[in-house]
Amino acid sequence: MKTKQLLKYLRIDRWPTVWCPGCGNGIILKAFLEAVDQLKLKKDRVAVVSGIGCSSRATGYLDFNTMHTLHGRAISFATGVKLARPEFKVIVMGGDGDLASIGGNHFIHACRRNIDLTVIVFNNMIYGMTGGQYSPTTPEEEMASTAPYGHIERPFDIAKLALSSGATYVARSTVYHYNLLVKYIKDAIEHRGISVVDVITNCHTYYGRYNGMPQPYQMMEYFKNNSVTIEKARDMSEEELEEKIVIGVFRREEGKPCYLDRYEEIRKKAMKGR
Amino acid sequence: MSDYVLMQGDEAAALGAIRAGCRFYAGYPITPASEIAEVMARELPKVGGVFIQMEDEIASATSIIGASLAGVKSMTATSGPGFSLMQEAIGYAIMTETPTVFVDVMRGGPSTGMPTKPSQGDIMQARWGTHGDHAIIVIYPSTVQEVYKYMITAFNLAEKYRTPVVFLMDELLGHMRENFKFPEDKEIFVFSRLKEEQLKEEEVFLPYETEEYAEPTPQPLVEMGKAKFHVSGLIHDESGFPMANPEIAGGLIRRLVEKIRLHADEIAMYDEYMTEDAEILIVAYGITARSAMRAIRIARNDRIKVGLFRPITIWPVSRTRLKQLLSRIDALIIAEMNLGQYAHEILEMARSSTKVKLVNKVSGELITPQEILDAITEVQSGIMGYY
Ligand SMILES: Cc1ncc(C[n+]2csc(CCOP(=O)(O)OP(=O)(O)O)c2C)c(N)n1
Ligand code: SF4
Ligand SMILES: [Mg+2]
Repeated sequence: MKTKQLLKYLRIDRWPTVWCPGCGNGIILKAFLEAVDQLKLKKDRVAVVSGIGCSSRATGYLDFNTMHTLHGRAISFATGVKLARPEFKVIVMGGDGDLASIGGNHFIHACRRNIDLTVIVFNNMIYGMTGGQYSPTTPEEEMASTAPYGHIERPFDIAKLALSSGATYVARSTVYHYNLLVKYIKDAIEHRGISVVDVITNCHTYYGRYNGMPQPYQMMEYFKNNSVTIEKARDMSEEELEEKIVIGVFRREEGKPCYLDRYEEIRKKAMKGR
Repeated sequence: MSDYVLMQGDEAAALGAIRAGCRFYAGYPITPASEIAEVMARELPKVGGVFIQMEDEIASATSIIGASLAGVKSMTATSGPGFSLMQEAIGYAIMTETPTVFVDVMRGGPSTGMPTKPSQGDIMQARWGTHGDHAIIVIYPSTVQEVYKYMITAFNLAEKYRTPVVFLMDELLGHMRENFKFPEDKEIFVFSRLKEEQLKEEEVFLPYETEEYAEPTPQPLVEMGKAKFHVSGLIHDESGFPMANPEIAGGLIRRLVEKIRLHADEIAMYDEYMTEDAEILIVAYGITARSAMRAIRIARNDRIKVGLFRPITIWPVSRTRLKQLLSRIDALIIAEMNLGQYAHEILEMARSSTKVKLVNKVSGELITPQEILDAITEVQSGIMGYY
């Protein structure tokens, strides 16, 4: 799609962004807007809520109802928004640190509640904004500013975390797989209940520079060469899958009542005086 | 049939909030505030509202800010440990000028402290708990009847000044049952939010613009609903978008403080008891003020001229009235269930010749009328020259 058609969803007067040239955040933003455009959503009835981090600055550039909140808390702010205004499509955007570390608790509980939010994780496997410290998704042995001898912790697999917490739509793409990304975000927004899209993206400035891929194209090549589809992954051994990025739709469970559906039942009971 | 019912403080807090228009409550269980959540869980769905028990106090505090910005009056309630966790969110509500009510039913601290014992230990945390320069409104009722009444005021002030309001309660008041009468509709004023259609275009797009600096009256809250809506905890200009030039930064922080400070006399609420001829003034708030009143009645039998000033908004306090009182007394007694958190705020206004007696207690027990009476006798003998 031509970028021009998407300009109406942007606050161009807030440009240029704070992002480094070539940062994957821009690709995710475009994919999101393309999904919104395909779904013909009304701008005034979309709320985008972000936390704190490079990725979370996205809300300042998007011309919807936007909230740039606190580090890690986008999901709980968004929970309040959704419960107050069910007619809104509520989208959460944030980094891997924001959503899986400091906000990890809110993440799993939102999945468990099946609250009708779409969570887009800008997963660059690093703390970009604060200068390249390791995050809960930094792979073992990789370098980071706070892992000068290599990282010793096992990373979270955000898709698996969402699945085991009860999320009803879970998908993963990389920024290299742009068309898939658009499709997943679109499906996620359409889905009723919680949807999580884990997007592997490039912070070449920190993650790349510390790990031998200082140019955006090098990280793109890495994503291209190391991704396998979920279908293919089924026939691969655990060793073969090490260091691979599994992409695809992990779960799509439609028709399950979301939190607000259940709360409607509560209201009926309460009003009947039970 | 009598109009009176037996009502618990926590219950009055919940019912008062609903009467004030609260339709979203998020909380995490903690003694002695859990009953507020339980009443909300029962009552809110009946009036079309939403109750949700969140995973922690941080989620509770942040979700009520989200709900308020989306257009629904909201509140949370907690106690010391949870109130500590909420501080970052309170700062966000201050910065984004989001009406919200945070109830703290105090218990003994620090840390887990004394979960079921009364304490007035959060006076300073209520004022300065979140980081950075800021102003805040803190309301502190003394009776169950007042809990209900001032809860409505708390919501009204939050809306009018676009600010979080902290509502402090004593553990004892939260759990106590007292005679209570529901006020009639005509006795109650509830601030209603403006709707999108009632606003001018520039009010929607410049949600933080104020008329003139000297009177930084906040603009009415523009709730979510137009694509231009943006809030951020970053320093921002009147459009709400981040803008970090020194002039804007300084101007914003000053305005956020001044909008409360310059309206302190309008905001401040207090009560007085037998102050007309008082030579000794007691300053006490919340449950402690009730012990003080009892002590005053006994002392008055002995013709001791003693009276009470009870701040209902402890922040901001009515400095105007307090200075008048302090200028004509001989002795001042400040009684509080902490080690003197509020005393310095009052002492700063007192004359240097005033004899001062502090009554403090942190043992998880109330300050008794007798203890205050002892303090009265002590300063009285000082005045009489026997001391
Ligand atoms: C409570 C709190 N702790 C720490 C920070 C500092 N901080 C800002 S962004 C950030 C991490 C950002 O990493 P991530 O969420 O992955 O976003 P990215 O910048 O990589 O997009 C941290 C630790 C903060 N703003 N607030
Ligand atoms: S530091 Fe990394 S994540 Fe942040 S803008 Fe630059 S490339 Fe993107
Ligand atoms: Mg990151």
